[in-house]
Amino acid sequence: MSHSGVDHPRLAAEFVKNDSRAHWHDQALWFVRAKRDKAAQSLPEWETLRERASQIKRNVSANLADYLEEFEANATKMGATVHWARDAAEHNQIVLGLLERHNAKRVVKSKSMLTEECHLNPFLERHGLNVVDTDLGEWIVQLRNEPPSHIVLPAIHIKKEEVGELFHRKIGTDSGASDPTYLARAARKRLREEFLAADAGITGVNFAIAETGGIVVCTNEGNADLGTSLPKLHIACMGIEKLIPRADDLSVFLRLLARSATGQPITTYSSHFHGPREGCEMHIVLVDNGRSNILGSDEFRRSLNCIRCGACMNTCPVFRRSGGHSYKTAVPGPIGSILAPSRDAQQYASLPFACSLCGSCSDVCPVKIDLHHQLLTWRREITVRGHLPWTKRVSMKMARIVLVRPAIYRMAGFLLRKVVLRMPRALLYNPWNAWGKSRDLPPPPKQTFRQIYQQRHGK
Amino acid sequence: MASKQQILEAIRRQSVAPVEHPGVEGPWITYDDAPAQFAAALESVGGLCHFVADLPAVNAALAEIPEFSAAQRIYSSVPEIGGANVDMASIDNPHALDDVDFAVFSGEVAVAENAAVWVTDEHVRHKVVYFLSQHLALVVRRSQLVDNMRQAFEKIEFRAGRFGVFISGPSKTADIEQSLVVGAHGARSLHVFVVE
Repeated sequence: MSHSGVDHPRLAAEFVKNDSRAHWHDQALWFVRAKRDKAAQSLPEWETLRERASQIKRNVSANLADYLEEFEANATKMGATVHWARDAAEHNQIVLGLLERHNAKRVVKSKSMLTEECHLNPFLERHGLNVVDTDLGEWIVQLRNEPPSHIVLPAIHIKKEEVGELFHRKIGTDSGASDPTYLARAARKRLREEFLAADAGITGVNFAIAETGGIVVCTNEGNADLGTSLPKLHIACMGIEKLIPRADDLSVFLRLLARSATGQPITTYSSHFHGPREGCEMHIVLVDNGRSNILGSDEFRRSLNCIRCGACMNTCPVFRRSGGHSYKTAVPGPIGSILAPSRDAQQYASLPFACSLCGSCSDVCPVKIDLHHQLLTWRREITVRGHLPWTKRVSMKMARIVLVRPAIYRMAGFLLRKVVLRMPRALLYNPWNAWGKSRDLPPPPKQTFRQIYQQRHGK
Repeated sequence: MASKQQILEAIRRQSVAPVEHPGVEGPWITYDDAPAQFAAALESVGGLCHFVADLPAVNAALAEIPEFSAAQRIYSSVPEIGGANVDMASIDNPHALDDVDFAVFSGEVAVAENAAVWVTDEHVRHKVVYFLSQHLALVVRRSQLVDNMRQAFEKIEFRAGRFGVFISGPSKTADIEQSLVVGAHGARSLHVFVVE
C-alpha cells in the first residue's frame, strides 16, 4: 500500500485504544442489528422480498440506459428538469449554477450520501453559500466539522455528553445538559429557523421511478419535507443506480428499507415527488461518478443493487469495532469497501482486508448483494494490480514456498513447536509479529495432526 | 447534453446479461384483524389509533386530546372536523403557516403492516402544514384500510405536480445515542381516526 492510501489497520487501532468506547460503539450497532432481525422475522415473506428486490435491481442494471431515458422523459413531463453529471465536479457545478441562478444564499440539505461522495458542502461553502445539514445526526457532525461515520446513523460514534457540550458552545443550550430529548428539542427550534429562512432545499433520492418520473425520499425526522415545501427551489441529487422501473416496485423496496436500516416497519415519511409545487422549480441531478464502470464488471455489478440501508455496517464485526471513520469514505463498512476500490483501488487497497469473511453482511443485505464474495474478489484484484503492502507480499511468498513443499512444511512445523514457541517473550513478540500484537500465541499442541492421523490408522 | 450522451454510451457499452423483471405479486402478508394490527403497528411507532363510528365522533374524540384542546391555531382539510381557524386558501406564502398547532387531514389509504397512511396535497394548497404543524391527526375510512404495501400501491395514482407521502407515526429521531425522541422536525404527536 502506498503511504498516501487509507491505512485501515492503523485508523482502527486508534479507535480501539479507547476500549470502553469501542465496546459502547459495538453494542449500539448490535442493538440496531437486533431490531432489524425482529422486523425481518415479523414477515413470513422476508426472503421472497429480498429475492424480488435483488432481481428488480438486476433488471435495472441490465436496462439502465433505457430506464434513465424513460425517467428523464417522464420527469420532464411532470415539470421537473433533469441534469446529467459524469462526475462529482460536474455535479457540484450544476448545483452551484442552479443556486446562483436563483440567487440563493441559504441552503437546507437533507441526508444525501451522494452529496457526501461529491463533497458538495465544502464546495458550496467555498462559493459563499450557507449550507445547513438538517438531519439531526448530520447537523451534529457538521457542527463538529467532521464527516458522518455511518450512512443511516451519522453521529453513532458520538456520546450524548459530547453533543450537549457541542450544543452548549454552538447554540447556547444549558451547560452540562445531555438529555437527548432536551437536546433534540433545542435542535428542532434552531433548525426550524433555518428551514424558514432557506432559499433552496437539497435532498437525496432513495428511489427514482422510470415509469412515472417521480422520486421518493425517506426520512424519520421530516427534514426533507420541510426543506422542500418552503423554499421555491428543490434540487434532488442521485446516483444513476437509484432507478426502479415502476411505482409498484416500491411495494417491495419500501417494505425492506426501514426494516433493514433501523428495524422500523417503514420510515415515518416516505415522500413521493412528481414535479414541483405550483410556482416552484424542481431539478434532478443524475450522477454517474464511476457507476457505469462498475456496471461493466460481472464480479462487482451487484454492488449497484445497494439501497443504502446500512444493515451490512450494523452487523459487520469489523465496522462495529473500528468505527466508520476508519474507512475514510462517504460510504464505509462492507459495501463501502467494495465501492471505494472501484473508484481508486490503490487509495483504498486496505479496505477489502478489513473483513473476516464471516458473511454476515451478505445474510442481512435486503437486495442480496454477495458482499463477502466481492470483498474476497477485491483482495485478489488488489494483489494482481500490485497494491499489496510489501509485508504482506513477502509473507505470502514465504507461505507459498513452505506450503508447496511437504518436507519444508514439516520442518517449519517442528521448528515452530520446539523452538519458536519456547523463545523468550521479548524475542517472540517482536515488531514483525502482527498476530501477537494484541493476543498471545496458542501453546504448542502435544501431537501434530500427522501423528494423530498415523495413530488412528495404525500405521 | 454532451454528458448525457457520454453517460448513456458508457452504460450501453457494457454488456450485461438480460434479467427479467420478477413482478410484484405476492403472496404477501394479510391479517385476520387488520384494524387491530394497524392500531398495534401505529402504537409501536409512537402514534395513537382511534376507532370511531362517524365524523361527529371524531370531533368528540379530538376534544379529549390535550394537545388539541390547547391548540390556538388549527387547520383542517375536512370541513366537518376540527373547528379550524386557519384558512389556507387565503394564505399565499407557506411561511405564514409556521404557527399552526394542530392540523387534521383526510388520509386516502391506511396500511396495517406498518401503520402508514397515504396523504396527498390534492385540495391542500400548502403541503408544508403536514410537516410544520406541531401535532397531526389523520382521518381514514375503515374501507380504505389494507393489509400490506402491495395493496396500498394498487390504490394510488401519480399525477403531475402531485405530492403524496406515507406517514407512519409522529416524526422522530434516534441520532443522539440511539435514544428515541418523538418530535424531531415534523409533528410531535400523531392520531389516526379510523371511521366505520
